[in-house]
Amino acid sequence: MVVVSRNPIHSVLYLILTFFTLSGHYILLNAQFLAAVNIIVYAGAIMVLFLFVIMFLNMKQDQEEAKTNLTKIAATIVGGTVFVILFGAYRKTAIEPFNPQTYDSQIGMIESLGHMLFRDYLLPFELASILLLVAMVGAVLLGKREIGERHF
Amino acid sequence: MDLVEFLVKTVTIVAVFGLTLLIAMYSTWAERKVAGFIQDRSGPNRAGWGGLLQPLADAGKMFFKEDFIPALANKWLFIAGPSLAMLTALLASAVIPFGSTFRIAGHEVALQGVESNIGILYVFGVVALGVYGIMVGGWASNNKFSLLGAIRAASQNISYEVAMGLSLIAILMMSSSLSLGEIVAQQHGMNWNIFYQPLGFIIFITCSFAECNRVPFDLPECETELVGGYHTEYGSMKLGFYLFAEYINMFISSAIISVLYFGGYNYPGMDFVYAQLVKSFGPDLGHNIATLIGTAVFFGKALFFVFFYMWVRWTIPRFRYDQLMNLGWKKLIPLAIFNIIITGAAVLFLKPVITAWLN
Amino acid sequence: MQLTNRSKQVSNKEMTLAERAYLPAIATGLAITIKHFFSKKVTIQYPEVKRYLGPVFRGRHILKRDAEGRERCTACGLCAVACPAEAISMVAAERVKGEENLYREEKYAAVYEVNMLRCIFCGLCEEACPKQAVYLRHDEFVPVFTERDQVIWGKDLLVEDMNNRYTREAWTKEEARALDAKRASGEVTNVVPRAIP
Repeated sequence: MVVVSRNPIHSVLYLILTFFTLSGHYILLNAQFLAAVNIIVYAGAIMVLFLFVIMFLNMKQDQEEAKTNLTKIAATIVGGTVFVILFGAYRKTAIEPFNPQTYDSQIGMIESLGHMLFRDYLLPFELASILLLVAMVGAVLLGKREIGERHF
Repeated sequence: MDLVEFLVKTVTIVAVFGLTLLIAMYSTWAERKVAGFIQDRSGPNRAGWGGLLQPLADAGKMFFKEDFIPALANKWLFIAGPSLAMLTALLASAVIPFGSTFRIAGHEVALQGVESNIGILYVFGVVALGVYGIMVGGWASNNKFSLLGAIRAASQNISYEVAMGLSLIAILMMSSSLSLGEIVAQQHGMNWNIFYQPLGFIIFITCSFAECNRVPFDLPECETELVGGYHTEYGSMKLGFYLFAEYINMFISSAIISVLYFGGYNYPGMDFVYAQLVKSFGPDLGHNIATLIGTAVFFGKALFFVFFYMWVRWTIPRFRYDQLMNLGWKKLIPLAIFNIIITGAAVLFLKPVITAWLN
Repeated sequence: MQLTNRSKQVSNKEMTLAERAYLPAIATGLAITIKHFFSKKVTIQYPEVKRYLGPVFRGRHILKRDAEGRERCTACGLCAVACPAEAISMVAAERVKGEENLYREEKYAAVYEVNMLRCIFCGLCEEACPKQAVYLRHDEFVPVFTERDQVIWGKDLLVEDMNNRYTREAWTKEEARALDAKRASGEVTNVVPRAIP
């Protein structure tokens, strides 16, 4: 639905719905923290910005037909490849059977997540935060007006 | 999950749902009464005693008005807008702990829709979704004023959500739990968070004003600049849903404030009262009565904040839009981060010292 | 030049930290509004409670009788001529023998009608009347009407009731003030307003 909707706003709304279903999967996997954060960050903030931008762009219907056959073929190939990769990965994974003895009901909870993140994966975590900071600084730098530039 | 538990949960959830609706309904009445009183008038007093039937009259009027949909509007999204606003407003009430537990025939029944260990995050997620109701509605109206109002509402909401979240982190650091039930339980007696987090409280309440689109941050619907904001094109009960959702949000945020900063159902001397009640009524009945008192205290606090919302509405003039954004991004967020640092330092260094000194 | 003593000098000086923080100002504002919250309400619950509108208020019409209970109106038609809204119409009739205790003059108004939709309550009929017969009451309104046939008031509604005569004491502003003062001090006057909240 995200892909086939003609109206970009509808696409975004369907994408939000997709994030919801994703959060539902997280909850089924007993990862409540991830589910909540997914809703807050993706559905709550990022998709709002998407919606913003699309509303501002004010897309016209006649601009829709600008796609050539080449782009369509390329898009189909890329999408199909992703599907094949996902399917292959899915086939390779071995799902462990449910074992009540070793199963830890707290595995997806915030405490274990925090331990994992700040003990085992501290370096990647910090690197990711630095990456985000760099991106933010870059965005501010691009968006900042020089002195004397016209305000509108 | 056995049948009894299921039934109990159903009853709790329906009760919470109904109560939220009822309170939101009478908030509209109270809003007009408070407005009148503050302006030296007496407010609505014709429908029923003291105007108490006024919400019903308003709802009846809303229902019987023509359900109008503009010709160029996107019909489905136009209807989805108010529904979403109402849905997200009501969802948040599920995790609020209204009281401690009832003991009925050996069962401990918590006065809370769902006890979840991500309670506060859940509230945040739902509040974040509240933007969609406004945006979808404003866009679907196919009206420039609606769209502008919706965009202003959305940008305001997401800006203040950041500061709100940051001010909350200090609380979470102190209580080291995300569960609302646990946060309340830690503020036993008079051990309220407001005494530890006055700055966080001020930031939080300011942000919740902005989240609910209340004066002084009611720019999304300010009549002087945008005809009616995102609900310009709405009429009849769809408009009613939007306005109603605002009142529900108001009650929810008041309840959250009272849970996070004012100890929810805790009140000073509750242990003494509890002991007395248990002594005179037996462990079951005494416990239930103590819970009822706690719930009443909780509602007292929450309703005081609803009143505070109205009180502020007739005190402070509306901000200009750039003032709003400056306040949100340049003042509240740095203050909130400062607050986090202070709290972290206090929790790490000051707390061991004080505990050692007290012992 | 100072026009009033309520004017206030404004300055553009740098605000102090307390002023910039805005919170003390909010607190004072809240204090002011909460004071009003508990203050006495000025609303008058109109249909139940009516305030006294002063001795020169122009309300509904009345056709006066004289001291012996005879109608003063002689159907000269001057009020109808004076009326800018053409609200008054009347049919004159001649007094016959045996009606001397009903009508003061030899000619009287058999029909006297005021169209309350047209009337603008200007009071020109009062001034035009040579017999001091028509007045606009200072203490009663024309009540709200919902039907067309309630609009035209005939003699049954207009003529004064001898058991409940209409009098008015104060005619100038000074007299009205004196009367107000008298009433405030508790002296009984015969101008009884219908209700003062």
